[in-house]
Amino acid sequence: MNSHRILDHPVLGKLTIEKEIPFTFDGKKYTGYEGDTIASALLAQGIRTLRVHEESGSPRGIYCNIGHCFECRVTVDGTPGIRACLTELNPDMIIESGKQQFSPFKSTENQDDLPRTYAEFEKQLKGEKEDEPDV
Amino acid sequence: MYDVLIIGAGPAGLSAAIAAREWNLNVLVIDEFLKPGGRLLGQLHQEPDGKWWNGIEESKILLEKAKELNTDIRCGISAHTIEKTDHGFSVYTNEGILEAENLLIATGAAESPAPIPGWTLPGVMSIGAAQVMTNVHRVRVGKKGIVVGVNVLSVAIAREMQLAGIDLECMALPAINSATESHGSPKKVMKALLRIAHLAPSTAIRFGSRFMKGDGTKALAVKFFPKSGVKMWGMPIHLRKAVTRINGTNQVESVTICDITADGEIIPGSERNIEVDFVCIAGGLYPLAELAAVIGCPFQYIEELGGHVPVHNEQMETPLEGLFVAGNITGIESAKVARAQGTLAGLSIAKRKGQNLAKLENQIQQAKMNVRTIRENATIQFHPGIEKGRSRMEEAYYDIVHG
Ligand SMILES: Cc1cc2nc3c(=O)[nH]c(=O)nc-3n(C[C@H](O)[C@H](O)[C@H](O)COP(=O)(O)OP(=O)(O)OC[C@H]3O[C@@H](n4cnc5c(N)ncnc54)[C@H](O)[C@@H]3O)c2cc1C
Ligand code: FES
Repeated sequence: MNSHRILDHPVLGKLTIEKEIPFTFDGKKYTGYEGDTIASALLAQGIRTLRVHEESGSPRGIYCNIGHCFECRVTVDGTPGIRACLTELNPDMIIESGKQQFSPFKSTENQDDLPRTYAEFEKQLKGEKEDEPDV
Repeated sequence: MYDVLIIGAGPAGLSAAIAAREWNLNVLVIDEFLKPGGRLLGQLHQEPDGKWWNGIEESKILLEKAKELNTDIRCGISAHTIEKTDHGFSVYTNEGILEAENLLIATGAAESPAPIPGWTLPGVMSIGAAQVMTNVHRVRVGKKGIVVGVNVLSVAIAREMQLAGIDLECMALPAINSATESHGSPKKVMKALLRIAHLAPSTAIRFGSRFMKGDGTKALAVKFFPKSGVKMWGMPIHLRKAVTRINGTNQVESVTICDITADGEIIPGSERNIEVDFVCIAGGLYPLAELAAVIGCPFQYIEELGGHVPVHNEQMETPLEGLFVAGNITGIESAKVARAQGTLAGLSIAKRKGQNLAKLENQIQQAKMNVRTIRENATIQFHPGIEKGRSRMEEAYYDIVHG
């Protein structure tokens, strides 16, 4: 438990723990410390995977740890899309990892046929219109 | 309606708030992180005189000063977008809309990614992420890792991880691809490294600078850079090795590393795997300036400042009335410079309220001088051409406002 904490530091000194904070992640109980973010409390427990990619299901964890990349999105007390690295851990938070999503619009087309820019999209759109028979 | 709303409670935002409160302005500071201090919080390095620059302590000093002046600082608030109104600015946040007559954007810097295959695996993170985990949250990011990307920031943070007892196998370059570009070129990295020689009073970087001063060719310095790397605090720094991919199923298990030429080309057949359980990627910093873009502030691309920067003058004013910028959003420099710029911005904003102008003008001149002096004496420099970049920005401002 919390085995990944740096308790002693030659310059910063001993870690002072003010208060323990209980929470659950994917149904399991853990404790973090006051001042933790969701991401730091989980990493201190050795938990790195915070979500899986919505479409491919490949595992993801923190990348930037300061709110820029949005790789660390979790569901907190029912609200999805919360950045674990910016959000303060609060007592009894119910945290769920991000899950794979059904992708109904998954393209069966050849990827190379899809427009890559808005300009290309407009061109394709115009092209199609020109092909349409005049009624 | 606030006299000034400050986005970002880093050294720039906090110093600006202090200066503005000293002139009795009605100030609100917001920050999306749970603690004020910005990137200062994670900083920990030894100055050439041996003293430690301890970001947590430096933040405390700023925060106490701000508190003495009853400054309203609210954390956990993200600014999403901004609109210009007839009376100033509306800032849209996760906690509703905030209105202010003047706006200071002090959002700091972000890290450029240097993607290499496998970089989405859990256990791969930016070097800054490791800094915050190690020094702010006091959590070990792994058992044994490798730092990919050699620059002033990654060398400083590698040292910080070592101090915290985290085992680093070595530092190496990212394999060259269209995204990693110059970070994968030994010659370019070598040139940049010479600027941090003072961080390594050991043989490490001095080794390189000898060759640079000699006949001056980078290629030669790189050629003689030992195959086994040079050691900095016992950890090898490799300029002739690059990481080509990160391997693992559910998390990082190893990296594939290979030898490279002085131009960064992979030497075929030199690949081997090193077992690590974490990887830190260092791709350098750029100004985090999107919020200035959404209200239509003009931008200028200046490489020496780290990329696209909102146009501003030496007093930290942008061409948009009432909009100010300070700190790393104006160019990548050390925290001390950001702090001095913040003070200057706070005073410039106070000037718009028009009280005791003679005294204010005097303080502004002093604050300007202070920014210059601190810049000249900076121990950590992210770009050697910073002065040149600053004067190019002055020209850009002049062209837009008077041109
Ligand atoms: C990862 C990293 C590590 C660094 N390490 C060092 C170092 O070791 N030494 C050194 O000298 N310099 C370092 N720097 C450079 C650093 O940017 C400066 O030292 C200094 O902290 C800049 O101060 P600032 O006030 O401009 O910005 P910051 O200190 O970055 O503060 C900006 C603040 O704005 C907040 N913010 C950003 N966007 C929003 C938004 N939309 N809404 C609300 N709040 C927002 C952020 O949460 C942050 O607290 C580092 C930079 C980074 C990115
Ligand atoms: S890790 Fe990048 S936003 Fe949280």
